[in-house]
Amino acid sequence: MRKELQKYFRNDKLPHIWCPGCGHGIITGAVIRAIDNLNLEQSKICIVSGIGCSSRAPGYMNFNTLHTTHGRALAFATGIKMANHDLKVIVLTGDGDCSAIGGNHFIHAARRNIDITTIVFNNSIYGMTSGQYSPMTPKGAFATTAPYGNIDRNFDLCKLGQSAGATYVARGTVYHVPQLIKLIEKALKHKGFSLIDVVDICPTYFGRRNKMGSPVIMMEKIREMSITAKTAAKLSPEELSGKIVIGEFCEEKAPEYTKEYNKIIKKAQGGNQNG
Amino acid sequence: MSKKIMLLQGNEACVEGALAAGMRFYAGYPITPSTEIAEISAEKLPKVGGKFIQMEDELASMGAVIGASLAGLKSMTATSGPGFSLKQENIGFACLTEVPCVVVNVQRGGPSTGLPTLPAQGDVMQTRWGTHGDHPIIVISPFSVREVYDMTIRAFNLSEKYRVPCILLMDEVVAHMRERVELPEKSSIDIINRKKIKPTILDYKPYMDYDGDCILPMANFGEGIPYHVTGLIHDISGSPSSDQKVTKTLLNRLMSKIYNNVADIIEYEKIYTEDAETVIVTFGTTARSVLRAVCLLRQEGLKIGLLRLKTIWPFAHMAIKELTQTPVKNLIVAEMNYGQLMETVKASAEGAFSVYGLNKYNGELITPQEVIDKVKEVAERA
Amino acid sequence: MIEKNIKILINEKACKKCGLCIAFCPTKVYASEGGKPLIVNLSACTNCKLCELRCPDYAIIVGGEDIE
Ligand SMILES: Cc1ncc(C[n+]2csc(CCOP(=O)(O)OP(=O)(O)O)c2C)c(N)n1
Ligand code: SF4
Ligand code: SF4
Ligand code: SF4
Ligand SMILES: [Mg+2]
Repeated sequence: MRKELQKYFRNDKLPHIWCPGCGHGIITGAVIRAIDNLNLEQSKICIVSGIGCSSRAPGYMNFNTLHTTHGRALAFATGIKMANHDLKVIVLTGDGDCSAIGGNHFIHAARRNIDITTIVFNNSIYGMTSGQYSPMTPKGAFATTAPYGNIDRNFDLCKLGQSAGATYVARGTVYHVPQLIKLIEKALKHKGFSLIDVVDICPTYFGRRNKMGSPVIMMEKIREMSITAKTAAKLSPEELSGKIVIGEFCEEKAPEYTKEYNKIIKKAQGGNQNG
Repeated sequence: MSKKIMLLQGNEACVEGALAAGMRFYAGYPITPSTEIAEISAEKLPKVGGKFIQMEDELASMGAVIGASLAGLKSMTATSGPGFSLKQENIGFACLTEVPCVVVNVQRGGPSTGLPTLPAQGDVMQTRWGTHGDHPIIVISPFSVREVYDMTIRAFNLSEKYRVPCILLMDEVVAHMRERVELPEKSSIDIINRKKIKPTILDYKPYMDYDGDCILPMANFGEGIPYHVTGLIHDISGSPSSDQKVTKTLLNRLMSKIYNNVADIIEYEKIYTEDAETVIVTFGTTARSVLRAVCLLRQEGLKIGLLRLKTIWPFAHMAIKELTQTPVKNLIVAEMNYGQLMETVKASAEGAFSVYGLNKYNGELITPQEVIDKVKEVAERA
Repeated sequence: MIEKNIKILINEKACKKCGLCIAFCPTKVYASEGGKPLIVNLSACTNCKLCELRCPDYAIIVGGEDIE
């Protein structure tokens, strides 16, 4: 690892637990590089996760880090941000963690537009519990709990986040890393709820079950399937099926939750409840 | 400053006590009969620069409370029955990660949605063992509005001192009744804050027992010392570990920090126990009826006493032991449930007394007359 | 053309042999040696750093004067 990045890692905890070719390491690296590029103050960054392979990331990162309960990262993060809005709060979460058990917290954090950056390690599977289908597993894919193929339809996390009220929404992939770093930088600079859905790979469980074999083949798939948001805008729904649309979907200015609450404090202290 | 005399509802007294103790963050989800605690917190917290948030559910509320406490604010949530069930997983997280927080459970009839507006004391065992795994916890239970005030302060103090969730176990009656109370002067209130790390510590290990007393100093997130907090079993650096020795050492310390300090944590009140033949063991609102009954029975000349537990968990075994030094023969455990505390009292008595239950679980309070009838029934049996 | 002075450092101990660096180098700088990257065509390296960014185990550093 590059010398200038070492201070951001808990080097004595490496190597990480992730399988060979697991995309989680790539996303974690991208987050670190984005933080470094922006020169953010390390002691003012707080990284919160839930439970899953992906949620182990903060354990390797040298910041205020909190590895919470399955699905609840955004709830803990909301408390932290409310308590101290000077902290830059980042949530690292898996697709299951964020969209299944944590789905309610996800839409409500987005609705409040609280200044938290959420990065979803979206490998379309429950990796940690060895390969059950998640709300992000595509229809027709196989999982240990979908041995005949998955009949559930998957979420489009970006659409979900955007309609819930997120004010910065983008999708990147573990193949397109320079772009991913740029997207994370923009999300970190955004004031409000920002979401990055990162298309990720779990070679061990999703890959094997779906006969994709190696991390390399899974990456090739991402490369083949990816199109930019601009190109996608010109395509019909049929043409879009099976495509991964990457890039920015929304960037909006809207009142941020902790700032709004500070106004409440002023109001309450001024004694003018109606004003 | 003069003393404040106010007509307060139990739930109001809870918020007043919390603010006096230094509460600066509240997260909750409305549920009867605890809702006023949220409403009053929403009004009063911003006035003192504190923060209130209504979360999307109780799981989220508990999570937010832990997050805010880690970031340095004294934090509280309040709930009842179904909501208390939902909080359990994250209460366990706070136990293991040693994040101070106060959880108010205003008991209502259960199970399930049960009797939303009626009192019960059916959560005695849930407060102790509601979350999975061996864990430490402190539970205290008030019987008057003034005591709600005092005990809410105490809940914050215990929680900060021992870095453990403290549960204030109320019930519908004490929460909704109004009493005229005289609140103490602010300057006379003892406030305990979490142990801070000494500036001489350079390489902070968040789970290291620096002082050898099992109670760890705590750095708040954002104070410049980055560290890791996880709900996995962890070593002194905070990193996950499944090492057998690490696991055992951690769990032993978590338990020891409570059980080494029972003299400080456990409070109870004994009335007329020195010469009593029968002592009624009780807590919370039920103690009001029992107190009345004991006074009436004493007027009749019966040798009756009262043991009122203020701390429910850890259990006051010493109070039961003390009774073996008196003429007491019978214990009656009065509670608005099927006999939850009675089992523990029986175990604690180790056969030294005959233990009887006075139980009611229909949404009504136990009346003084019912206590009197039970005492007479036991006297005849004995 | 500017004289290139590119170095590639590979931390063999950290490498988990996933093969991503080898497969996706645009100029085929690496060959596989039992799954690990072997630098076989250093002069083709454009210093794009894609291999470094895509290595899940932070085992590669590519650069010129910026690495020592
Ligand atoms: C309350 C609860 N339910 C279930 C689990 C078991 N569990 C742990 S991780 C996980 C799924 C994780 O999937 P995802 O969030 O996609 O992360 P990944 O492992 O794929 O990175 C599950 C179901 C748990 N830890 N807690
Ligand atoms: S199981 Fe899948 S998600 Fe988990 S570390 Fe292995 S490859 Fe990554
Ligand atoms: S990408 Fe990294 S881990 Fe994978 S083969 Fe190359 S050096 Fe090894
Ligand atoms: S920096 Fe680019 S060109 Fe050079 S080895 Fe890596 S991927 Fe290939
Ligand atoms: Mg997953």
